[in-house]
Amino acid sequence: MGRRVLITGLDTFWGGRMAQALESDPEVEMILGMGTREPSVPLERAEFVRADQTYSILSRIVRATQVDTIVHTFLVVDSTRVPGRALHEINVIGTMNLLAAAGQSGSPVRQVVVKSSTQVYGSAATDPAWFREEMPRTSAARTRVERSLLEVEGFVRDFAEDNPATVVSVLRFANVLGTDIVTPISINLSRPLCPAIAGYDPLLQFVEEDDVTRCLEHVTRHRVPGLYNVAGAGKLPWSEVAAICGTRLLPISPVATHGAAAPLVRLGLIEFPPELESLLRYGRGVDTSRIGKTGFSCRYTSAGAVESFIRAVRLRRSVGDDPPSYTYSQDIEQFFRHSPAVLHAQGEG
Amino acid sequence: MTTPKETMVRPDRAALVPLPRMQDAAVAGQRRSDVDEWGRSEHSREVARRIFGPLYDKWFRVEWEGLEKIPRAGGALLVANHAGAIPSDAPVIMHGIEVELGRPVYGMADFFFRGVPWFGTVWARVGGVPAHPDNALRLLRDQGQLALVFPEGTKGPSKTYADRYRLRRFGRGGFVEIAMRAGVPVVPIAVVGAEESMPILFRLPGLAKVLGVPYVPVTANMLLFGPLGLAAYFPAKFKLRVLDPVTFDVPSGQERYSKSRIMEEAEKIRTTMQETIYEMLRERRSVWFG
Repeated sequence: MGRRVLITGLDTFWGGRMAQALESDPEVEMILGMGTREPSVPLERAEFVRADQTYSILSRIVRATQVDTIVHTFLVVDSTRVPGRALHEINVIGTMNLLAAAGQSGSPVRQVVVKSSTQVYGSAATDPAWFREEMPRTSAARTRVERSLLEVEGFVRDFAEDNPATVVSVLRFANVLGTDIVTPISINLSRPLCPAIAGYDPLLQFVEEDDVTRCLEHVTRHRVPGLYNVAGAGKLPWSEVAAICGTRLLPISPVATHGAAAPLVRLGLIEFPPELESLLRYGRGVDTSRIGKTGFSCRYTSAGAVESFIRAVRLRRSVGDDPPSYTYSQDIEQFFRHSPAVLHAQGEG
Repeated sequence: MTTPKETMVRPDRAALVPLPRMQDAAVAGQRRSDVDEWGRSEHSREVARRIFGPLYDKWFRVEWEGLEKIPRAGGALLVANHAGAIPSDAPVIMHGIEVELGRPVYGMADFFFRGVPWFGTVWARVGGVPAHPDNALRLLRDQGQLALVFPEGTKGPSKTYADRYRLRRFGRGGFVEIAMRAGVPVVPIAVVGAEESMPILFRLPGLAKVLGVPYVPVTANMLLFGPLGLAAYFPAKFKLRVLDPVTFDVPSGQERYSKSRIMEEAEKIRTTMQETIYEMLRERRSVWFG
């Protein structure tokens, strides 16, 4: 029997990407995606179920569908996306319900994959140049995203301890850049002026969006247990990132930074969420040798991810945004999946 | 024995200090600056060398002894005594070894510098690295670099002129443990001259607390030159003596080493350095002319 996979956040960037990636895997028999909205990417065979963001009906779904793998991509790592309360609901309460469902007695779940972020390490002057997975952060978590991710990883650790038979994989991704993803960093870098904190030029690491999907797929396919950092090779200073992207640095006062940036954020000139404030001061580096030992390596270096991102921006500047090529329609999707008229030639039986 | 200056060929200026190897060739091709993973930039070093060169040659008239004891390849932990309100010994040692041996030196210092705007960035570009044990281990073991530490920490440069050339406590001997774990030798360097280049008359602990800095010194230079005294060193003659490298007879890579062994080794190194400094002071005829 093939694998039956549940993906959270099918409507989000990573859920959609991950579902697309798994669809081409013949070993995956069934893909079930949960989301609060309809999927925004075309999917061949993944099933979509609408659920509220805290997944209160998850226990029922897990029992009914007998999924053996849960890929938890629906964790918000960008505080500009959702209000603070919703962030807590999605990350903390959502994960809690997810793990409760996965750990219920007689649960069919054999693997849980969680997409976390290197934000759990924070960013401070006292940090080592390279964080290994087992190193604790050196400063207290100040932003909502960091606090919620720490809480999430705590739940996952407990879950792994309570369910030793289940493979638990946690991936901490560095800041993502790529052709399609939109983050506060990518928004800043695509504008003519990009914020920097005066007097600081931190070293940063990036991971390309395709490498993120590839890595999630890698640990899912090979059932790799454990906690891993994922980032492109090398680090580069923020000034160099800006130079590659052809944007000018807009220095913000190193004291009272938050207050100085607030009017610029309000005017829509820059994106400056709290998690960017400490990052643009001290940067962050994570050691990726552990994931390398499992046989995975990123195709893009940190500088390569920046290059990939800015090439896509340049193309969009010339030809404009792609029109949305796909809108989800329940009737059509149901027809293709379940109508007797559609012949499922490949991979059946 | 001939002096090291004669026996050593000066490397080509353009390739004065070989950059640490990038993780892969692909990274190098995509990069626009030469800032390495520690924040050090060879271009910034070149500028720093050009500025500091005349000071090194003409002002401090630095003289080395036993430079051949510093390994030409592979990791080694350099430890030195630390002095002067704004210590001049760190740039002297880093400049000297880079110019004479053509090897980069990473100067490890308190995290405090990293947090100071502008200064922290410049400090990192010219080879400053926060003194995190893991940073030291990577530099020494994985990358085979030279790392310079001052085991006295801020207790060294913050001592007043009355205590000159009296080595402070060597912390908790962390440098010995790192060298043991990395499996590299410790190379002690005794420095004479830094104390007199910017002597501290007294400190202002109250102001230091308000400013959030380790210490606020009032130096003789300030009394003479006013605010300029922050940057104006006295032309004390610098003499540096490299002592025999110390290797430890313990397996490398251990998570923990015997604390008593660490303290014993650290104290041994400290005593040797202290004795060497007194020896050098006995030989010194003049503070200004050596």
